[in-house]
Amino acid sequence: MSGEGARLPRLESAGLDGWMVRLFDQIEESNLAWITPLTRRCEAAFGDALVDLVPSYTTLLVVFDPLRLSPEEARRRLLALLGDLAPDEQAEAGEVRELPTWYDERVGPDLARVAEHTGLSVEAVIDCHAGTLYRVFALGFAPGFAFMGLLDERLEVPRLATPRQRVPVNSVAIAGRQTAAYPTVTPGGWNLLGRTSARLFDRDREGFSLLAVGDRVRFVPVDRPAFEAQGGDTTPMKAGR
Amino acid sequence: MKSVMKRAMQRVTNSETNKYTVIGFRVERAGPLAQLEDAGRFGMRRLGVTQGGPADLHGWAWANHLAGNPWGTAALEITFGGLTLVAERDLTLAVAGADLGATLDGQALPLWQRVQCCKGQRLAFAMPANGLRAYLAVAGGFAAEPVLGSVACVVREGLGGFDGRGSKLAEGDRLAVGEPSSAGASLNAAPDEVRIDYRAPARLSLLPGAQVGDFTGQSLFQAFNAAWCVDDRADRMGVRLTGPRLQCRVGSLVSEGIGLGAVQVPPDGQPIALLNDRQTIGGYPRLGALTPLAASRLAQCLPGQEVRMVAASSERALVAYRHFRANFIG
Repeated sequence: MSGEGARLPRLESAGLDGWMVRLFDQIEESNLAWITPLTRRCEAAFGDALVDLVPSYTTLLVVFDPLRLSPEEARRRLLALLGDLAPDEQAEAGEVRELPTWYDERVGPDLARVAEHTGLSVEAVIDCHAGTLYRVFALGFAPGFAFMGLLDERLEVPRLATPRQRVPVNSVAIAGRQTAAYPTVTPGGWNLLGRTSARLFDRDREGFSLLAVGDRVRFVPVDRPAFEAQGGDTTPMKAGR
Repeated sequence: MKSVMKRAMQRVTNSETNKYTVIGFRVERAGPLAQLEDAGRFGMRRLGVTQGGPADLHGWAWANHLAGNPWGTAALEITFGGLTLVAERDLTLAVAGADLGATLDGQALPLWQRVQCCKGQRLAFAMPANGLRAYLAVAGGFAAEPVLGSVACVVREGLGGFDGRGSKLAEGDRLAVGEPSSAGASLNAAPDEVRIDYRAPARLSLLPGAQVGDFTGQSLFQAFNAAWCVDDRADRMGVRLTGPRLQCRVGSLVSEGIGLGAVQVPPDGQPIALLNDRQTIGGYPRLGALTPLAASRLAQCLPGQEVRMVAASSERALVAYRHFRANFIG
């Protein structure tokens, strides 16, 4: 990309019913102060013609109903929104969510390997992971799966060469500069450090997902009795998996 | 969208006793994959919840229309075949989309038209004769409790379907149906020109995306001129195409939202067209997006079939899509 087309923000065609609003080219926490208000303004400006919104690290995908709006009409609406978009410092603050987490080899089978890889002790790995206030940059991969960052660079480890077939529900994991907790049983290639007792996705709860884009998240270490008292699942993972 | 979410939440909080007691069919034999699909689950992608809905919008919409149902009514998507249903009551129905060798009490069932079925009759789908996915609509629609605003069954997410848990049909399931609308169907049979021969070479309209310039010139030429082969790694998440190895100067991007029909190219150079159950965000460079009708057409292709991608303008694609939808208004 070069010249005119490289200027940000810009609109990129995302099919007959979508525009990709590209606001940034780097992952920064401060991006949310712009993406969050744009998301809200799209809801107001598109009304019933809006089908879906997918905010992510640097972009917002806007999906509209092509029976109500042509791509060109949708583009003009978006350009008008972007023309006087202002950052929302409140969005910068975000909700703070605490995820009680039992860090233990039995439910976090990669703790020792992460320690070895990083040259830290297991205790230092836990302290480091729990000592950072994370931001939710995007949800995806599975319902309620929140991509959070940025992980302390001392904990940066690659994904597993071979993903696990079944990562247990509520596993707390890291990969690269990101961390996450698995809302459902899925395959997964991230490094597992422990398990949270929080209910991450609940179809019977208003809003469904515990975490939303822009939230701040802290993992709070708890011991086994506290974890169990909160309803945490202590079923250990099978050795080697 | 706010109102969509509000409605969805009300449905969740109000979910009382099971009111889906009028049984239309019993599943005698389940086959590999049959599932309930309304138009899809919308307004939830920011939570990581995919849209679901019929992989072939065209076949699904015609089946519903011929059964006298309004747009959005839940119908059965039957992939490959192997399904046998026994009618538990007299029903008006229509099957459109793929020809899976459907029979009613052993007699060939006419497709793309309204059919009367009596209590006790056996409706069976054998295997693909033309296309991959058949749509069975009954007058009044199939009925289930919506989950997050939709009954669309997404097995991977465990959402929707008859049980609300994303289960595909299983032997012994009893399928509830709704009350037929008083208006009824105005059309007995679909016109010939909308009955697609899925065995014919498919030309898939693609709207080029912003990253098209990141592919090498030769790769772009190949993308739109080579014959692509539908791989057997194909499901409701996406369809992999094999052919010349496409080269992109960008390996992967920061993950971002992915629209229906997006054609992404991972580092192995073999494109994947993303369908209804795709993950909501992803980070591979994209050639662009198939139009909704092209994505539907691809969903009817069997592994080994040859397809071509054709660069299209959004103006023409919009005319084609609105023309298609005009069939189902009113």
